[in-house]
Amino acid sequence: MGLFTMPSLGSDMESGTLAEWLVAPGDTVARGDVVAVVETQKGAIEIECFEAGTVQELRAQPGQVLPVGAPMAVILAEGEAEPEQEPALETALEPAVEAEPKPVQQTVPAAAAPPSAVRASPAARVRAAELGLDLGTVTGSGPGGAIVLADVEAGDGTGKPASRLDEMRKAIAAAMTRSKQTIPHFYLSQTMDVQGAIDLLAVRNAEAPPEERILLGAVLLRAAALAAQKAETLNGHFTDGVFQPAAQVNPGLAVALRGGGLVAPALADVPSMTLAETMAGMRDVVSRARAGRLTSSEMTRGTLTVSSLGETCGEVMAGVIFPPQVALIGIGAPQLRPWVAGGQIVPRTVITVTLAADHRVTGGRQAARFLAGFETLISKPEAL
Amino acid sequence: MTQTELRAVFLEELTRVAPDIDPAGVSDGDHLQDDLELDSMDVLNLVAALHQRLGVDIPEADYPQIATAGAAVRYLSAAVQKI
Repeated sequence: MGLFTMPSLGSDMESGTLAEWLVAPGDTVARGDVVAVVETQKGAIEIECFEAGTVQELRAQPGQVLPVGAPMAVILAEGEAEPEQEPALETALEPAVEAEPKPVQQTVPAAAAPPSAVRASPAARVRAAELGLDLGTVTGSGPGGAIVLADVEAGDGTGKPASRLDEMRKAIAAAMTRSKQTIPHFYLSQTMDVQGAIDLLAVRNAEAPPEERILLGAVLLRAAALAAQKAETLNGHFTDGVFQPAAQVNPGLAVALRGGGLVAPALADVPSMTLAETMAGMRDVVSRARAGRLTSSEMTRGTLTVSSLGETCGEVMAGVIFPPQVALIGIGAPQLRPWVAGGQIVPRTVITVTLAADHRVTGGRQAARFLAGFETLISKPEAL
Repeated sequence: MTQTELRAVFLEELTRVAPDIDPAGVSDGDHLQDDLELDSMDVLNLVAALHQRLGVDIPEADYPQIATAGAAVRYLSAAVQKI
């Protein structure tokens, strides 16, 4: 791997502030281990490394603001040479590297590291930054000892608006403006009957403890992901003028945060999951989005986004595509409406699904096929 | 468990699910979804947490009875007595 640099966690990110290192020189890291926490405009993100290796040197200091691509650390694979000239350091660390047995203890360092980790919600971090408060001095009362807003305010009575949330708003504004300026969006909507899915869940959930209940959102996410699997031109990334279809479907889930923030962490390979796994994945990612700990891969692996209005108001949502993705599926709030089924007018709960798609990559025919696929899938909810 | 204790438990679990809610600012009339901005996933996580904590399993059909913070505490109070 060599030089470990500040990753881009979305097209709206220009720089990040290193909050803490979770590894030290000499630690071995496996692919996917969390090595650092970086504060971004979207909150604190756990940064994973992409390759196994040994940490040679930490170049960035906590508190440092680093542009995307700036070197943060040197992490070397077995036998790999240092990318830049620092022979003294290299020889000093060499024995430790060679003494390391490879296979067994790969995941140990990241798991053992967290004592220094400060877990805090985005709002708590915002307020702490405003107050000039070191989060390390605050005792957390949230899940797993996470610091929440109330903990930060406990010792201080000043209630100032959250300026970092303004920052998040600015980042969203920049990304969405760029999206609308560069992506020729077009939209296609279809209203579909979801009464069957709702009835099925009601029966299933009535017998299930809360931990095992399934929300309609999970069924809709599965329908979207399975429909996207057959829509190559909606699922992937458009970068440098070229569309690259993705091999698997990683739907990003738009999560609205209190105070106006928005993040879209993605679940990996939803088509291969069961409904219960999809639901568990959604619960996990939503609660971590709220508590302020998402990972870098969750922030970047999305291949299209699903934005659902839940049970609030608004029956149709034509959304803005999150670049470099090329499609966003907006799902309106379910509505009880007169519906024609089997030649009769019957009350049914319906949703309107609106696909926003990139006309550089796809057209109306593919979009229509996607919506038809979605409707077919949701009409047989027991198969989802 | 007294109503006051139940209210404290409820607020604790509420702020665990939604860490950015200030428990001191929650009044009994606050609607969980409209005022406190809980979405369906948050409500489910709250119900699951209350199940774990108090042994009270709130079925989906009863969700309207826990629509506000005050109503939820009254509901829990009645349910706890039945256990």
